[in-house]
Order: sequence, then structure tokens, then C-alpha cells
Amino acid sequence: MQEFIIWLQHPGLTHFLILSGLLFSLGLFAILTRRNAIMVLMGIELVLNAANINFVAFSRYVTTTLDGHVVAVFVIILAAAEAAILLAIVLNIYQNFNTVNVDEINQLKD
Amino acid sequence: MNIFIQQIQQNLAYFLPETALVVTLCLSILAGLIFGKTPKVVAWFVFIGVGAALFFAVKQAGVSQEIFSGMIAVDPFAVFFKSLAAVCTLTIFLFSIFSSEVQTTVKRMAEYYSLLVAMTLGMFLMAGATNVLMMVLAMELTSLSSYIVAGYTKEAADSSEASLKYIIYGAVSSGIMLYGISILFGLTGAMDYAGINHSLTLNAPNYFALLTATIFIVVGFGYKISAVPFHFWTPDVYEGAPITITAFLSVASKAAGFAMMIRFFKVIFIDTTILAVPAGMWTSLYGFEWNKLLAILSVLTMTLGNLVAVWQDNLKRLLAYSSIAHAGYMLMGVVVLSNQGIAAVLIYLMMYLFMNLGAFFVVMLVANKTGSEDISAYRGLGYRAPLIGVAMAIFLVSLTGLPPTAGFIGKLYLFAALLDAKWIWLAVVGALNSVISLYYYARVLRYMFLRNPEGQTGSITLQRSEAILLLAFVIPTLLFGLYFGPLVELANASVQMFGIR
Repeated sequence: MQEFIIWLQHPGLTHFLILSGLLFSLGLFAILTRRNAIMVLMGIELVLNAANINFVAFSRYVTTTLDGHVVAVFVIILAAAEAAILLAIVLNIYQNFNTVNVDEINQLKD
Repeated sequence: MNIFIQQIQQNLAYFLPETALVVTLCLSILAGLIFGKTPKVVAWFVFIGVGAALFFAVKQAGVSQEIFSGMIAVDPFAVFFKSLAAVCTLTIFLFSIFSSEVQTTVKRMAEYYSLLVAMTLGMFLMAGATNVLMMVLAMELTSLSSYIVAGYTKEAADSSEASLKYIIYGAVSSGIMLYGISILFGLTGAMDYAGINHSLTLNAPNYFALLTATIFIVVGFGYKISAVPFHFWTPDVYEGAPITITAFLSVASKAAGFAMMIRFFKVIFIDTTILAVPAGMWTSLYGFEWNKLLAILSVLTMTLGNLVAVWQDNLKRLLAYSSIAHAGYMLMGVVVLSNQGIAAVLIYLMMYLFMNLGAFFVVMLVANKTGSEDISAYRGLGYRAPLIGVAMAIFLVSLTGLPPTAGFIGKLYLFAALLDAKWIWLAVVGALNSVISLYYYARVLRYMFLRNPEGQTGSITLQRSEAILLLAFVIPTLLFGLYFGPLVELANASVQMFGIR
């Protein structure tokens, strides 16, 4: 236990990778289980931010350049653009279907 | 610092096609505000803009140069895909003129055209990207624009559903791809392809981590080229989106996805230390067999695409599954690790451009006249509209891959590349799949020629311009089945990538 607390007190690359792995899994879990389109969007944001944590952590601990930080900034912009478009599409869906539940939007089928 | 700025200024000369597109994009939005009520003006404006981009792209033939500190490469490979994307965009502009779906939305036409230009810009960048960040941004530019245009007829429930499904699948797969890229970045500490390759050559990373990263990245590529099991969006989006957009996604978007994927795998995983390989072949770094992964994807993709297509009654949906199957065929060419295989993919893409766009044009014409995309609308089409019927028959025979059409030549070169590289089992699977595909293509033919047009009386008349555009697809489809030497030469010359022997 004592060792675990000491390990926690000295964050290194591993800590960040575990954090990002958790975030990634939670994001995927949200995407797969949530039925509300907005909640799916939240899951997508978690996945993107998991990648961001990885980029920044690797940039800090593996390389000497700022490449990873730059990528993280771009990914944040990307996530914002994606969210804007998804929200617009969801709004349009609500006008057509009166629901944002992704399970009930299934006119197109095999 | 000054040297850096000088370099950028010099590089701008190689960035002319993209610059032309950016200018067109910005001005088309402005033109939409000014000429909002006469979309024809905007249409001609974007047509000229993309035409200029095509001209500049073709002028780059033979250049092999890396620009913007290794962000983008201008090489024959990129030029090929840029030209393909531009030709496809120009064709879609022409389609849009005849599409009743698009033409009913006069107010928003300018947005439609500017989004198509944005997609083309994304594809141009995808074709040339040699940096992982550039690749992701280019892919997202294409995807984000296509999410919107897929739902362009926003009053139609189908169309908005298509755009929702598209953006959810697209965003998830690009998220997973980014996570894979972050792991690859951690393993190598570089973002540009050459740097990653160098780092991988110097010290081998953990095999399991590399495999995980590659699989995650393949999710993104698989989504873009609609390979099984990342294809779930394809049928729904293809069915719901306006036909012009469906045609665009099925050809240009897929081609750009292939460009991105081939360059990524070839440049990153090539083993530059082994010199004793036959000309035109290359080996993968320390036996990391990413091509086996793609071979499995390829078999799954073509088999599922062809088998499910058999049950489809909606022509757009049928062509969606057929385009999945064609992605599978083209993946076979990537698997073989030789320039011959890549050249075969390029040849196939050229043939696919004509036959698939032609088939979608026919679907659009029939939908315009009868208001239906269902196979029952094709009853006796060969008698009600002989030109459309015969043209569709030629496209379908070509899609099956029977001589004397372009599709046969495409398949011939693919199978030749597979056999030369001793991938016999894959070639056999591909050939069997062509047989399955004959069944559902022939089903459409049977409806067109062997069924009486019950309830579908009245012949369909074509405008002269429509007939001319239709012939512009029929003639190459037949011609390239007989006379294909120049195309093969073009493809062989276009496999050259910057920085690789």
C-alpha cells in the first residue's frame, strides 16, 4: 500500500498512459451503450481527449520536440469542429424525427 | 528564420492546385451571397476553379519534391490521385445540373458547391500528406464536409438520418485512429512518415504495441474506404444521401482513402536496409506483416459486400454493397507489397471511376424520371429507354469484370499482380467473388431486358445533354476494355513516391 502511494506521488509516463487508456475505454463504452446522440458525442470527445493525453505525455517523456503538443492543439480544434457539425445534424434530426435517440432513427434498413 | 520563410515561399509554387481550390472555396461562399438566386453562376465559377486546380495538378507531373518541411509530398503518386479527385468533382458538378434532388434547393446551392470544393481540397491534401498530422487533418476536412453534404436535402428524413449515421461512425473511427497514431508517436517519437520509418529501422519497438497501433490506425483507413468490418455506415449513407453525393463518396472519397493508406503503409513500413530485393518489390520491416492484416480485411470486405448485395432491391443500396466489394478487390493490390500491385490498384481506380459514376448516373436519371430507386422501376427499361438500358448493361458487365469492358482490364492486372507475388489463394477468393457479383448484376439486367414493363408504361425520353453525358461514360468503359496501353503506362509511372526507390 505504502509503495502504491509513493508510486502515485511520483507521476511518470505510465500514469498518463493508464489515465488515457481509462478515458479511451470509458469513451468507447459510452459510444456503445448510450442511446442519446448527444451522449454518443460525449463518448467521442472522451476518445479524442484520450489521444490528446497520449500525445502530450509522449511529447514530454519520449521526445525532445513539441510535436505532440502541436498535435494536441489541432485535435482540440478538430473536436470542436466535429461537435459543431454533429450538433447541427442532431438538431436537423430532431426536426425530422422528433427524437434524438439513435435507436429510433432507423428508416434505412436492409 | 529568414531561410525558413524563404523555403515556404519557394514551396508555395508547388502548392498551386491546393491554392486554386482554397481561393475557389472562399470565393464560392462569397459568390453564393451575391448570386444567391442564380446558382448557375456559382456552378460555373466552381467548375472553372476546380478545372484550374486540375490543370495545375496535371502540370506537376514528373515533379518529385517535399514541401512545407516534410508535411506534403508532390510526386507522381500524389499527382495521379489529385487529378482523379478533380476529374471526379468536375463530373459531379455536371451530375448536379441534372439532379432534380439538388436543383430543387436553389437557396442552398452555393453551399453545396463550396462544400464539394472543400471535400476536393481535403482529397488533394490526403493524396500528398507525408505527415501523420497532415493526414489526419486532410481526412477530417474531407469527412466533415461530406457529413454535411450527405444531409444536404435536410427536409428528407432519409438524408438527415444518413448524415447522423455517417458522422457518428466517422467520428468514432477517426477518434480510434487518432489514439492509434498517438501510440505510434509514442513508439517512434516522430510525426513524419520518413522519421517514423527511420526510428522503426533503428530500434524495433514492442511488437504488440506496434500491432495495436496499426490495427487502430487501420480502423480509420477502413472506414474511409468502407472495408468490412468498418463498413456499417456505407449502405445507409449511400441510400440516404443525394445520388450525386453518393457517386462522389463511392469514387473520389474511396480513391483518396486508398492514396492515404498506400502511402502510409509503404513509406512507414518499408525496409530500406535490405537492398537485395527484385526491382519493384519491397519488404516490410522485420517481418511486421501488416499486409496479412489487410489480406484478411480484403477477403472479408469482398465476400460480405457481394453476398449482402444479392438481397438488395434498392439500386443505390445495391451499388453501395458493390462498392464495398470493389474496395475489397482493390485491397488485394495493396497486399502484395510490390509496385505492380499498386499500379494495378491505380488502373482499377481509373476503370472504376468511369463504370461506377456511369452506373450512378443511370440510377439518377431513372430516379429523376420515375421517382424511384427500386429495382421494380427498372422493369423493361431496355425497351422503355433503350439508351439508358444498354448503357446500364455495359456498366454492370464492366463492374462484374467481364471482357470486353474496362472492368475486365482492371481485374486482369489485379489478379496478375497477385499471381506474380504468389498470393494464389487470395486470387482464387477474388475470382469466386466476381462470380457471386455476376448474380446480382445480372438480376438488374434481367429486370431491364427480360421483364415486361407492367405498370411502368410510357417510354423515358432523354434530353440531348443527358444522352451526351451518358455516352461520355459508356465510350471510355468500352474503349478502355480494348485499348488500355496508355492507362497502364500512366499507372506504372504514377507509383513513384517521394523518397522511396
